[in-house]
Amino acid sequence: MKYLFQMLIIGGITVIGELLNYWIPLPVPASVYGLLLLFLCLCTGLIKLSAIEETADFLLVIMPLLFVSPSVSIMNTYLQVSDSLLSIAVISMLSTVIVMAVTGILSQYLIGLKNNKKNREIKEHE
Amino acid sequence: MNEIASNSIYFGFTLSLLAYYMGIIISRKIKITLCNPLLLSMIIIILVLKILHIDYETYDNGAKYITFLLTPSTICLAVPLYKQYRILKDNMLLILVSIFAGVMANCITILALTVLFRVDHVLYASLLPKSITTAIAMGVSEELQGIPAVTVMSVILTGIFGSVISSLLFKLLRIKEPLAQGLACGTAAHAIGTAKALEIGEIQGAMSSLAIIVTGIITVIAAPIFINFL
Repeated sequence: MKYLFQMLIIGGITVIGELLNYWIPLPVPASVYGLLLLFLCLCTGLIKLSAIEETADFLLVIMPLLFVSPSVSIMNTYLQVSDSLLSIAVISMLSTVIVMAVTGILSQYLIGLKNNKKNREIKEHE
Repeated sequence: MNEIASNSIYFGFTLSLLAYYMGIIISRKIKITLCNPLLLSMIIIILVLKILHIDYETYDNGAKYITFLLTPSTICLAVPLYKQYRILKDNMLLILVSIFAGVMANCITILALTVLFRVDHVLYASLLPKSITTAIAMGVSEELQGIPAVTVMSVILTGIFGSVISSLLFKLLRIKEPLAQGLACGTAAHAIGTAKALEIGEIQGAMSSLAIIVTGIITVIAAPIFINFL
């Protein structure tokens, strides 16, 4: 019964997300509407965490598995673009490394700045 | 073989589970970052389908019932986000600045590399939205008159490569802050990176989920501007 109820809530939010995606003419997928909606519901207390927790945890744990079939679909697409396959692969990979490095280094630097400031404030108080 | 397999809907379903299960076992035995369960299962399935001469469509006829859970699963990313709400609130500005920088880095490197490799405009349009989650990326690609199928391929390549390389990159660049690791995963490698971030830790997962949304929104605005540069 517990899982039935949890699945019901998550399913309901998915339906609302899909309807929003249909009604609002923006390139925003149903999952993003649903994510924001569920987040709002949790923050306002409209949905309690305990009402979805186990099912949500299960769906999060199996998430990588859900990308298996879309990944295999590459075997169909690569024939269409076989001429530029290498450039697509190299561009995708290089830019991924750069984005990851830029975001990671910058955010870590900003966190460091913030912590230093906090430490200084604490010292001044002392 | 294609005809035999097409008679069973559970063929693709079971093959996916089996390949992923094997992927997990292999990646536990061989502790190299390249042995990512998703990457391994993709290779195993493509090999099996090629050897047995089975079409992707026949396989996906059953496997699509797994992919079917992708929307509710993505929605559930709200749970780690909610659990880490305090960290999110306390660091809002630095989170936004870092993600914005990441999106700019993405657009600029793709522009530079397209010029360098002399690939055509259509491909440039297809690659620009590659760091965002598939559904948004396809919409953006269409709007820029790119080829959505190429975009999807690039999005997946990005995601898999991002999650494969993340641990090594964090070690090399000494990125130790959980918050920074999460933002880097989500901004560079969308939902596939987030699945990986969740494995590293809950804060990483939450920040990565947030990064998917913010990266998506910023890219929707930035990509139509960057398309004019080439």
